[in-house]
Amino acid sequence: MTDNNILLSVQDLKVYFRSADACARAVDGVSFDVRKKETVCIVGESGCGKTVSALSILGLVATPPGEIIDGRIVFAGQNLLELGEKEMQKIRGNHIAMVFQEPLTSLNPVFTIEDQISEAVRIHKKVETESLHEKCIQLLKDVGISDPEQRLEDYPHQLSGGQRQRVMIAMALACDPDLIIADEPTTALDVTVQAQILELFGAIQTKQSMSIVYITHDLGVVAAIADRVYVMYAGMITEQGNAEHIFRNARHPYTQGLLASLPSLSKRGKRLYSIPGAVPDPAYKPAGCPFHPRCPHKAPSCHTEYPNMCDYGQGHLARCPILFQDKGRHI
Amino acid sequence: MNSKNRNNPIILCVKDLKKHFPIRRGFLQKISGWVKAVDGVSFEIERGKTMGLVGESGCGKTTVARLILKLLALDEGKIIYQGVDIGRLSEKEMKPHRKEMQIVFQDPFGSLNPRMTVGQSVEEGLRILGIKNRRMRKARLEKLMEMVGMSPDSTDRYPHEFSGGQRQRIGIARALSVEPSLIICDEPISALDVSIQAQIINLLKDLQDRLGLSYLFISHDLNVVGYLCNTIAVMYMGQIMEYASAEDIFDHPHHPYTRSLLAAIPDSGPQKKLAPTLIKEDIFDSSAALEGCKYRSMCSMEAPRCGKEQVLFEKIGEGHFVRCWKAMKK
Amino acid sequence: MTLNETPVAKNFHVQEPLAPKRTRMEEFWRLFRQNRLAIMGLFIFILFFCCAITGLFLTWGSKPVFDPSLVRLEEKLRPPFSKPNLDLLEPDQVPTLNFYLMGTDDLGRDVFSRMLQGAWVSLTVGFVAVGISVLIGIFMGGIAGYFGQHYFKIDQILWTLFLVSGTGLIFLGVTRLGTALLLLCLAYIVYAVLTRHRFREKATPKRRSMFHINAVSVDTLIMRIVDIMLCFPSFFLILTVVAILPASIYNIMIVIGLTSWMGTTRFVRAEFLSLREQDFVAAAKALGIGNLRIIFRHMMPNSVAPVLVSATIGIASAILTEAGLSFLGFGVPPPHATWGNILSDGKNFIFDAPWLTFIPGITILIVVLSFNLFGEGLRDVLNPKLRERH
Repeated sequence: MTDNNILLSVQDLKVYFRSADACARAVDGVSFDVRKKETVCIVGESGCGKTVSALSILGLVATPPGEIIDGRIVFAGQNLLELGEKEMQKIRGNHIAMVFQEPLTSLNPVFTIEDQISEAVRIHKKVETESLHEKCIQLLKDVGISDPEQRLEDYPHQLSGGQRQRVMIAMALACDPDLIIADEPTTALDVTVQAQILELFGAIQTKQSMSIVYITHDLGVVAAIADRVYVMYAGMITEQGNAEHIFRNARHPYTQGLLASLPSLSKRGKRLYSIPGAVPDPAYKPAGCPFHPRCPHKAPSCHTEYPNMCDYGQGHLARCPILFQDKGRHI
Repeated sequence: MNSKNRNNPIILCVKDLKKHFPIRRGFLQKISGWVKAVDGVSFEIERGKTMGLVGESGCGKTTVARLILKLLALDEGKIIYQGVDIGRLSEKEMKPHRKEMQIVFQDPFGSLNPRMTVGQSVEEGLRILGIKNRRMRKARLEKLMEMVGMSPDSTDRYPHEFSGGQRQRIGIARALSVEPSLIICDEPISALDVSIQAQIINLLKDLQDRLGLSYLFISHDLNVVGYLCNTIAVMYMGQIMEYASAEDIFDHPHHPYTRSLLAAIPDSGPQKKLAPTLIKEDIFDSSAALEGCKYRSMCSMEAPRCGKEQVLFEKIGEGHFVRCWKAMKK
Repeated sequence: MTLNETPVAKNFHVQEPLAPKRTRMEEFWRLFRQNRLAIMGLFIFILFFCCAITGLFLTWGSKPVFDPSLVRLEEKLRPPFSKPNLDLLEPDQVPTLNFYLMGTDDLGRDVFSRMLQGAWVSLTVGFVAVGISVLIGIFMGGIAGYFGQHYFKIDQILWTLFLVSGTGLIFLGVTRLGTALLLLCLAYIVYAVLTRHRFREKATPKRRSMFHINAVSVDTLIMRIVDIMLCFPSFFLILTVVAILPASIYNIMIVIGLTSWMGTTRFVRAEFLSLREQDFVAAAKALGIGNLRIIFRHMMPNSVAPVLVSATIGIASAILTEAGLSFLGFGVPPPHATWGNILSDGKNFIFDAPWLTFIPGITILIVVLSFNLFGEGLRDVLNPKLRERH
């Protein structure tokens, strides 16, 4: 794991949202790396800060309520947090592209598909009009849309949800970015369509050797596509490692709890494990370890000390000193 | 409701349910076609058991729920609840039957009246039961709240003060307030966080064990349905494509659509490669008039015969029905 | 097992801590406080309210504290803050406070007292007129929104027409034809009631008779009535009606109320249309709650927000209308003072006694402005998008 292999490095990012009453610590010291040609999944429930982390990479967090307190985001040797708006615009879409969750609202309803795809290309690359059209058709073919000629002239409302998401991916690919950030791109889609989109991501990655940061709450999706996984809870990373490590040998009570609470046919007849309580409000987090009120392994020290990452080797880290001391314990 | 009906093992029997919405075009609003939201749905639910209704968006499962509850008028078919054909009843005659079937909705944010306290929302049901005494109502209310895992002093708060999971519990309390025998759960956990989903699933199961409830569990998530349900019906474009016990659906799926749904589940075990041949690209298809099998355009096993004739819902094994002539042939 | 028999599970699930309890009023006040103009509007509104109430008592009766109708021709057109000429006045004609706070008009009447008396009129007209229009609006809007898709059948339209024309003809003296129509109508109603059960069977019957062809929906009917009412230039309509009817404050209030319910209807209907699709309404129906209770107990409280906003702004508008009517001479009859009256009296003396136009004019301006600001502040606060969880 040499330094040149790391494409994006987020170091100790802190993003807080201040309102009249309170300060919501949405992202509270998050660090993760993305290497070249790998798929990194960031998993967590609503309110854990995964979307805010992703948006901060591209500088898309609204700065009046939000504020980046601390941290560095290093991409190709530059700290993105220090760049001005103009320099960021050169990176957005060009080197780092983003695919959003809602294909319905991410596409502009009054422009044709061709207009929208070519806009990204036109801004970043100097391409003539004829080859622009050809490039659009090629992009649509790359994302698996049949009859691309006709689709280019359609408006978003004439396409299905899956097709719209493919168009979004085509727009993201338009300038051959080095990194794609996908924020829950299949949550709003049917499961069969989701399967196709996941396959598409896999195919693109192999063909164009780019990295993908995939944000989701669905552990099944993570199992299907991830190389490495980061599990987030209440604004911090609780566990990280290879997909194998996380699924076969989870070392943090939260990850263990999540995996145990997934229903499946094989668990029929047995009571499903459920993590008691609920995700804390980002403005009112418990002292010490944010997860400790819900944790079956909690000890007195969990209330007072903020836990540090414990290394289990081979890149597998978990933020729970209690389980680290007692390596055999599992739910 | 005589005692004979209470012992009827089949609590709900739906036969050939149809609901067509007209498409009106032109200046004079002439009917140019029909959207066949529900096109011949039949199933049975046994007392005390859970039936899962699985399908993707637009297949008509929510419409079926509303038809059973008579929130929508049905066009054809029968709905037989505990031996009584409620499909033909007028609104007035339906009133005493209404408290027997209740519904829990998907969206915890829209399912509670924002201007009524939580206690008032749940108490509306107690009024229907005719409990006049205020103290008795209050006692019942507190008991209901405790049953769903909420503290009794949350009754004078407003819905916006609660989280999604808590609101869903309140919705369940409201459904229970009239002491129903059947509860229709319309995607009750889809909008909740993963860790809360397990809590609500456990709650539903516990309530079923304690109160002897029957459930019609509507969902698009096969994992949840596989865990919770006794029988599963797979729905596509207004028709049931396959119906069997939960184990049979997972172990011996016969219909190509069921197979594609199962193959599409991203597995939370070791990484599994999807079988690409089972799924074709989805195309936006607004034409509702399709002869023959409705799944034809997406089916990997499509043959010319599929477009020519109506496909019947036939028995392929013990308690296992499928709507595919090719599957029947094998 | 029924609910009564089941044992209650102790510690069923771990309780999530609830946020500190804030009632709706506290929440509302917290948001409202942030809009300074709205606070100013509210303050002036309360001030106006108090002035009107006290004004009523101070100018009531034959020997009031402040006498608005006492004529002192010697003291006419005196400027504000001027002292009375004590030699020319009887002792009981001397104004309270020993000076004319706002001067006198052309009949020597104390303008301040008249303003106080007029405040009460404006208040009453504003609130009662808006009250009437809101009641009608809520009713019409609620019916249109909730029952909108119910259709009147052709036969129902026909017999209503027969009924109306029959009654009309009797009134006009054509008794025989009129009674014939009414009897026909009655016979038809009896027939329809007796054979009702036969036509209740199918939603889409085979033989489409007069009983089933949809003529017009409730929604269309009510909305077209609204459109027709909106076509009338309302001020002139009010003017006409007031000119025909005997002049009295009550007639004015009722007429203004009857001609300004249209906006409220539209708001309420729009809210109802969107509320009808909400799950909690479906849940209420599934519980078996009757339609009327659903409309008034479940849906109405949710539609109140735009109505409140339009009501506050409507009060301002009603005050302006009343002032306009009085200015033209069609308002409350003299000697009762209203702000419009004072303006009207003063229009002949704009250069000699400008205070007679400026004082009522600026007061109307401030009151109307404050109502508008308060209404805007309310609208911002009641906007559900700003409602946060905890």
